[in-house]
Amino acid sequence: MGGVAMIEISGLCKNFVLHNQGGAVIPVMRDAALSVAPGECVALVGASGAGKSTLMRMVYGNYLADSGVIRVGGVDVAQAAPREVLALRRATLGYVSQFLRVVPRVPTVDVVAEPLLALGMARDEALARARDLLGRLNIPERLWTLSPTTFSGGEQQRVNIARGFAHAYPALLLDEPTASLDAANREVVLTLIEEAKARGAAILGIFHDEAARDRVCDRVVDVTRFTPGLAA
Amino acid sequence: MTPLLQVKGLTKRYGARIGCQDVSFDLYPGEVMGIVGESGSGKSTLLNCLAGHLEADAGAVVFDTRADGPRDVRAMSEPERRMLARTDWAFVHQNPRDGLRMGVSAGGNVGERLMAVGARHYGNIRGQALDWLDRVEIAGDRIDDRPTAFSGGMQQRLQIARNLVTGPRLVFMDEPTGGLDVSVQARLLDLLRGLVREMGLSAVIVTHDLAVVRLLAHRLMVMKSGHVVEAGLTDQVLDDPQHGYTQLLVSSVLQA
Ligand SMILES: Nc1ncnc2c1ncn2[C@@H]1O[C@H](COP(=O)(O)OP(=O)(O)OP(=O)(O)O)[C@@H](O)[C@H]1O
Ligand SMILES: Nc1ncnc2c1ncn2[C@@H]1O[C@H](COP(=O)(O)OP(=O)(O)OP(=O)(O)O)[C@@H](O)[C@H]1O
Ligand SMILES: [Mg+2]
Ligand SMILES: [Mg+2]
Repeated sequence: MGGVAMIEISGLCKNFVLHNQGGAVIPVMRDAALSVAPGECVALVGASGAGKSTLMRMVYGNYLADSGVIRVGGVDVAQAAPREVLALRRATLGYVSQFLRVVPRVPTVDVVAEPLLALGMARDEALARARDLLGRLNIPERLWTLSPTTFSGGEQQRVNIARGFAHAYPALLLDEPTASLDAANREVVLTLIEEAKARGAAILGIFHDEAARDRVCDRVVDVTRFTPGLAA
Repeated sequence: MTPLLQVKGLTKRYGARIGCQDVSFDLYPGEVMGIVGESGSGKSTLLNCLAGHLEADAGAVVFDTRADGPRDVRAMSEPERRMLARTDWAFVHQNPRDGLRMGVSAGGNVGERLMAVGARHYGNIRGQALDWLDRVEIAGDRIDDRPTAFSGGMQQRLQIARNLVTGPRLVFMDEPTGGLDVSVQARLLDLLRGLVREMGLSAVIVTHDLAVVRLLAHRLMVMKSGHVVEAGLTDQVLDDPQHGYTQLLVSSVLQA
């Protein structure tokens, strides 16, 4: 793969240390390495517990790395100060987590527009973009002014996806974006992913849905290779 | 970028007892720092030392002043410090009664702060007070009521209006949502987040509520026995805590 990678990981290691359980050390990642170029979608695969989510969370700075390099758009997340990670998350690195987490009472349309407002986009423009995405993801218009906290699981997930795709992040992390969606909404999400790739986004994703993975992913990285004790 | 606040080696003892010990951190414009820890861990002591309500025994609190750039607040004269507290700083108390004048109308509580920084035109002051009451969702027709006629949540919102009307750059808050029921807490959180975003406000917020810090604070410090045992990005500290005490704290509460 030529060109400059958007996401580049090398020598990444992580243990969990459980201080209140006798200091048990759980090695979860050894010498992980991968790269994702602009416009490319790479899938993380491997058995349950192999470390897919852990790896993704480390890229986002949500889990700390013990050692190694996690370069995203020129910033080494493994070394960066908190405010550098915050700036990276604002402008460069998006993340659609498996579950939506919001301030109660905030209307759905504002939840989706928030990443744009944080970047300084005018309110009207941000709300227009949010409405467009909510419409595409088939969230009924009567729900837009309500807080998503009482929505169904699938509705919440679509709000989460709308929020994650509101800004055109150059790098995007997707943890099970099509899980528990019906066929029509799954199709919308896959189209959003294809559009993001077409505009040059580098995407790292976890998809248990194999057909979805085959359609949008260019390559697969088996995380089991980096699981201590499992590596060949 | 220059930090708005640089705290270095801040220490406060009460006789032989440690209040807070050797606390250091930088806070940048637009950042919200959360401070969590069990009761008695030194959170209020630290906040009060930062805000100049308590005299620290050692350390520096360097604030990036508008006029002269970074200055050690502890080395300022008392009038200088008072001016800072009235203009660029704000302090939201856990109990609104400590931050409001209960005998003065809601409008007076907000207007008083404006007058303290030189506003004189009655119409403008009342206009700004009305604007702020609206922003904290207190109906304009309550402007002449005293805070004693308000609910606890309304009092807390009034305290926030009183503190933010002068456009401070740094807000200290001690348990701002403590004692409020969950739906009122949510409104307050939403309000604070909007203000942080729109005004570019920085804040240091003490709370024991991990759900509140997760939603409000960019960064987090965990205190135990007067010491900061762990600090980092809020979600990282909560989801991948490194210190045994933080692991205990995170596992022993219902996750947000
Ligand atoms: N915060 C944590 N503290 C301790 N151990 C953790 C933590 N997060 C993950 N682990 C452990 O790390 C290992 C990898 O977990 P991870 O969630 O990354 O797996 P996964 O590949 O995403 O699995 P799945 O397909 O089931 O989602 C597991 O053994 C898990 O228990
Ligand atoms: N005026 C005082 N004189 C003597 N000791 C004090 C004084 N104020 C606080 N302390 C002690 O200093 C320590 C830290 O108290 P502090 O009020 O800062 O805790 P906190 O973290 O804010 O607790 P809480 O969550 O209960 O408000 C405690 O041991 C407390 O008893
Ligand atoms: Mg997983
Ligand atoms: Mg206290």
